Amino acid sequence: MDYAFFQAYWWLLVSLLGALLVFLFFVQGGQTLLYTIGKTEMERTLLVNSLGRKWDLTFTTLVTFGGAAFASFPLFYATSFGGAYWPWMLLLVCFVVQAVSYEWRTKGGNIFGHKTFEAFLLVNGFGGLILFGIAVGTFFTGSEFSVNKGDLTQLAMPVISTWHTPWHGLEAVLNIRNLLLGFSIFFLARVLGSLYFINNIDDEAVLRRSRRQVLYDAIAFLVMFLPFLIWTLFSQGFAVDPSGTVYLEKGKYFLNFIQMPLVGILFLIGVVALLYGIYLGTFSKSTKGIWFAGVGTVLAVLMLLLNIGYNHTSFYPSVYDLQSSLTIYNSSSSFFTLKVMSVVSLLIPFVLAYIVYAWRVMDKKKIDQKEMNEESVKY
Amino acid sequence: MGTLDLSIVDWSRVQFAVTACYHWLSVPLTLSLGFIMAVMETLYYRTGKEEWKRMTKFWMHLFTANFVLGIAGGIILEFQFGTNWSNYSWLVGDIFGAPLAIEGIMAFFLESTFFVVMVFGWNKTSKGFHLASTWLTWVGATLSALWILVANAWMQYPTGTFFNIDTVRNEMTSFSAVVFSPVAMSKFFHTVTSSWIIGAAFVIGVSSWYLLKKRNIEFAHKSIMIASIFGLAGILLAVFTGDSSAYQVAQKQPMKLAAMEGLYNGQNGTNLVAFGVLNPEKKVYNDSISPYLFKITIPHGLSLLAYRHWNAFVPGIQDLLDKSYLLTLKNGEQVKPLTTDEKLTFGRMAHQAMIDYRLAKKAKNDSLMAVNRAIFDATSPYFGYGYVTSKAQLVPDVPLTFYAFHFMVILGVFFLLFFLYVLYVGRKIEKMTWLLWLSIFSIPLAYLTSFSGWIVAEVGRQPWAIQDLLPTFAAASYVPVASIKLTLTIFVVIYTVFAVAIVGVMAHEIRKGPESIK
Repeated sequence: MDYAFFQAYWWLLVSLLGALLVFLFFVQGGQTLLYTIGKTEMERTLLVNSLGRKWDLTFTTLVTFGGAAFASFPLFYATSFGGAYWPWMLLLVCFVVQAVSYEWRTKGGNIFGHKTFEAFLLVNGFGGLILFGIAVGTFFTGSEFSVNKGDLTQLAMPVISTWHTPWHGLEAVLNIRNLLLGFSIFFLARVLGSLYFINNIDDEAVLRRSRRQVLYDAIAFLVMFLPFLIWTLFSQGFAVDPSGTVYLEKGKYFLNFIQMPLVGILFLIGVVALLYGIYLGTFSKSTKGIWFAGVGTVLAVLMLLLNIGYNHTSFYPSVYDLQSSLTIYNSSSSFFTLKVMSVVSLLIPFVLAYIVYAWRVMDKKKIDQKEMNEESVKY
Repeated sequence: MGTLDLSIVDWSRVQFAVTACYHWLSVPLTLSLGFIMAVMETLYYRTGKEEWKRMTKFWMHLFTANFVLGIAGGIILEFQFGTNWSNYSWLVGDIFGAPLAIEGIMAFFLESTFFVVMVFGWNKTSKGFHLASTWLTWVGATLSALWILVANAWMQYPTGTFFNIDTVRNEMTSFSAVVFSPVAMSKFFHTVTSSWIIGAAFVIGVSSWYLLKKRNIEFAHKSIMIASIFGLAGILLAVFTGDSSAYQVAQKQPMKLAAMEGLYNGQNGTNLVAFGVLNPEKKVYNDSISPYLFKITIPHGLSLLAYRHWNAFVPGIQDLLDKSYLLTLKNGEQVKPLTTDEKLTFGRMAHQAMIDYRLAKKAKNDSLMAVNRAIFDATSPYFGYGYVTSKAQLVPDVPLTFYAFHFMVILGVFFLLFFLYVLYVGRKIEKMTWLLWLSIFSIPLAYLTSFSGWIVAEVGRQPWAIQDLLPTFAAASYVPVASIKLTLTIFVVIYTVFAVAIVGVMAHEIRKGPESIK
């Protein structure tokens, strides 16, 4: 197993974390529906408690995604976070305010009242999702940075990666494709949130409104995502030739799906599973829509990320200086570090197993009003 | 092209320090209270007595309110390496990133998964599974501390690494050297065991308040008993691990040790300052002004602490910067460390070799490449000195480091006596109003002790982000100062809101008391 294998393996793991994160954004999506689906205080209590047993899993996945990206692709970590300072910082702020909100919302002695913390949950839902989508959009559309390792010995300005707009990442908002992806993620998360409520809560009104909401948000999602997808697949992509030179190639991302048929097919399967999950949530009596839509989301996002990481493609392109664009080869950690961490990554199935086990134990019985009335420990 | 001026670096440092302090408001209580309530739940599991369950649940309420604050603070710290210290992230990410990723995989999921079971699983899981979840939440928190402290220790003592001139960064050569470095081990054990003091003081303080109010008497006595045993164990271990930490500092970061003691001119058989007041007139390391206004010393104490020999030479700040001296090691061997002038020369040579190497590479001149690579490999351990323009930059803030160190030690002694005395008086504490008040007052003191320790560790390491390899002023991101000030303001506002909220929540829970637990 050579260096390139481990670089590809770690791109797979980071992408998988990213894909799981998008699925787990059902928490954020659900938060944005607090007042849409929850019309009474009791209904909102049901929603908050249902999401409240999952939020820290999403949070942890985000943190681990960051840590894994740092460890395996440090040049990306340095360039993107240090350059696109504002979107990432604002994203973090959206998550900071979420962390305490569930726990403190209804606690006595909380002088700010429960509305403040519900507002924080909304900030986290709206802001976190859209900012994340916009930031990931730049993986397809490019950013304005340059990397020059020779700068390390420039005493007055030793910073090797530099951002070239004063907006430090906010300029990404002006790109329509980034916005389309931002809102795609937003509406997808709301679809998943509603599907999760359908599965997790036993309450007639919540169920009815959730099913209706799946349909609305699914339509909005498709309206946002299909233009993004078609535009991205057939516009110019950032290709890399064997010598490492980056160039623009029309239809690069579409070609990647053709040239990596497994990735292409799994992407399609993911999309179909997602649509089937939406169908189950909207037009059937089934409560299992979340599983199909969840697996579909993970597959589709994972394959999109593999598309831009593999097959001679730059996953974090620079439109300021094409040759500064990052690939999984020029931005990764050393062979040795990737190997060491790969050994640790063997723990992942074990981690997944206990998460699934604990989740099942906790969710054996759906949340209902009776439980909320009787349970002393609740959010 | 702009310059990475000092205001960018300084404001980035302020932001990191502020967010780290907020994070540390929560972490030590998580590490310690987690253990205390796991012990209580174990007693419930073994005896089946409802009162232990109620005690567990009561402390768990306080634990969870505090735990989420730690999560809120932690996420910023992780991403700040990228946002504000991007040069650092690239230059050492190959080593530093790995513990962070492992922390995520190994510790955070453990913590967050079983935290939910612990909080909400009382009526959903078996007693055994619930108990395991409580322990695993604590294990997860402690493992998380292990990995982040391994990363921090590596910054203090970069080992198991080499500077790769081709990739222009430091790369890991030995994972076990990084994880099991003596600095990492003493740092982990010292930080964790000293954190126990906070949880113990917290439980004793809250229980004392009940005793003052003459309510929940039995609950309070039992809690105090468990906490004071735990606190005593913590402080004893912290003394022991603190000693080995200081020993490591003497070997690996002599400048930090000199700052901790306000020692400018070393000698054989150096005394340890037990208590002292620094002379604020002393501004420059090599002026002739005496550093102390007043001091009480322990004869030969510092020599013993630093080199395990009563008459060993301990270098002061001036020795380290301007002189050449001999050190006698524990085994009697004598060594002559590099002088600062030599290190500065090596640093500049490393920089020049890197420049020349890259030029030679461009010109495809193999022999010139080989020459410069050899020079670079020999001098790169001092790469960071290439950024240093005056020796004064190498001196950390002496008063802050000195007072923080002594404050920590004095309070450490206080807590040793405190836990011993509380254990000794036992149930009689109920009648000793002054001791009950002292117990309440010892909660903030415990936090101050812990913060002092961090000030010693982090202020004393300046100017280095990575000891000898990278000064803070070459580690930052190039972000406008105004942006950093604005994000700093946002964080300060949010965290202040949080601080107010958590005090309110905790005070309310405490006032309600364990009798309200169903």
